[in-house]
Amino acid sequence: MTRSNSITITVNEQEYTREVEPRMLLSDFLRHELGLTGTHVGCEHGVCGACTIMFNGESMRSCLIFAVQADGQSITTVEGLAKDKDDLHPLQQSFWEAHGLQCGYCTPGILMSMIPFLKQNPNPTEDEIRHALSGNLCRCTGYQHIVDAVKLAAEKIS
Amino acid sequence: MKPAPFEYHAPSTLDEALSLLSEHGDDAKLLAGGQSLVPAMNFRIVQPGRLVDLNRITELSYIREDGNVIRVGAMARERHVEFDPSIAKHTPLLHEAAPNIAHPQIRNRGTIGGSIVNADPAAELPVLMLALDARLKAKNNSGERWINAQEFFVGMFTTALEPDEILVEIELPFMPNRTGWSFMEVAPRAGDYALMGVAALVTLDDAGKCESAKLVYLNAGDGPVNAKEAAESLKGENLNEKLIESAAAHASKNEITPFGNVHTSPEFQRHLANVLTIRTLKQALQRAGESQ
Repeated sequence: MTRSNSITITVNEQEYTREVEPRMLLSDFLRHELGLTGTHVGCEHGVCGACTIMFNGESMRSCLIFAVQADGQSITTVEGLAKDKDDLHPLQQSFWEAHGLQCGYCTPGILMSMIPFLKQNPNPTEDEIRHALSGNLCRCTGYQHIVDAVKLAAEKIS
Repeated sequence: MKPAPFEYHAPSTLDEALSLLSEHGDDAKLLAGGQSLVPAMNFRIVQPGRLVDLNRITELSYIREDGNVIRVGAMARERHVEFDPSIAKHTPLLHEAAPNIAHPQIRNRGTIGGSIVNADPAAELPVLMLALDARLKAKNNSGERWINAQEFFVGMFTTALEPDEILVEIELPFMPNRTGWSFMEVAPRAGDYALMGVAALVTLDDAGKCESAKLVYLNAGDGPVNAKEAAESLKGENLNEKLIESAAAHASKNEITPFGNVHTSPEFQRHLANVLTIRTLKQALQRAGESQ
């Protein structure tokens, strides 16, 4: 058993202090320590994108970062997008309207990848959207409706 | 799929990190972006007793011009390399190839130094370092030394670094005038490990003849593979389709040794190398001509 470290992390604008073992992944920290189960865990080696979160505003794989490394940093998870279920983020609203999900397992990771993407590319082409989605696997939709949803979101946001 | 227990250190200076490394030797592993190390730890392929996390060492994260070279701190994120204006201007090969390095989410965290030191034969950055004649600065407790990219990559996941050394800086010479570049790879999915990839450079002389050429391949052997004979065959020539095709055939038949994997046979990799060499050389030649 290795020494525990005390860490303080801001998640969705709320500060949390917890004791963690160094080997605890940020994905597990969010789910098991904070109960924020919206961040999904798929492959745990950075390929599927289900666990994507925003780390100081940039999309990253939470399964490839140790929780201790997030000490003092600011994290946004899918739970931080909407104030409540009747006031969705325009990206979430677009996924709803364009049927951008079926089982929903990949959706949180896709949303957390697309938010910084749309910030950097407010008027993306379909090609750019598909390229930006390449780091997130979806096994239900065939991506067509996901691409449509991101297009719709770009219109809504701009 | 959870890492084995380890002791964790997060030094805030390079000196501290070097001391930890010399104190703990082989037991300590450096953690840069972690985009290759953490997956290996999650699968317990790697079980280091100690991690020395370099992410708090801000002095290792910079990209700046210095005379006719660009100096890149080893902890600069791949995403910053991708968008840096000096790199785009003076080493356009690196700028253009960067989006092929995994996915944006990985490049946001992954570092140039981490990928170079990992020395994965299928990775883009070792190939680009060789193509660009980069020099790599290593430091330990007693001093520092420079290593040419050509000598740095020793084999599969193996570099010339000693256990107590840290790669601290990458020196990239500006690409010479009248130099055209091209990088192409074929991957099952954008951002996945490529089945085959090629970096090509062509420099023309005043008369428009090939002054020098370079062809470096990924996933084509136990490290980045420099096809020197094929490149040499182009030197001093007025490049045309026939010369390009024969260089591509030579490199793909004789100078690379692809192993194949679950997605591809070595024969198909050689086929890809041949096609990609022709395409990259043509593009590099055209760009070299445009910059005359």
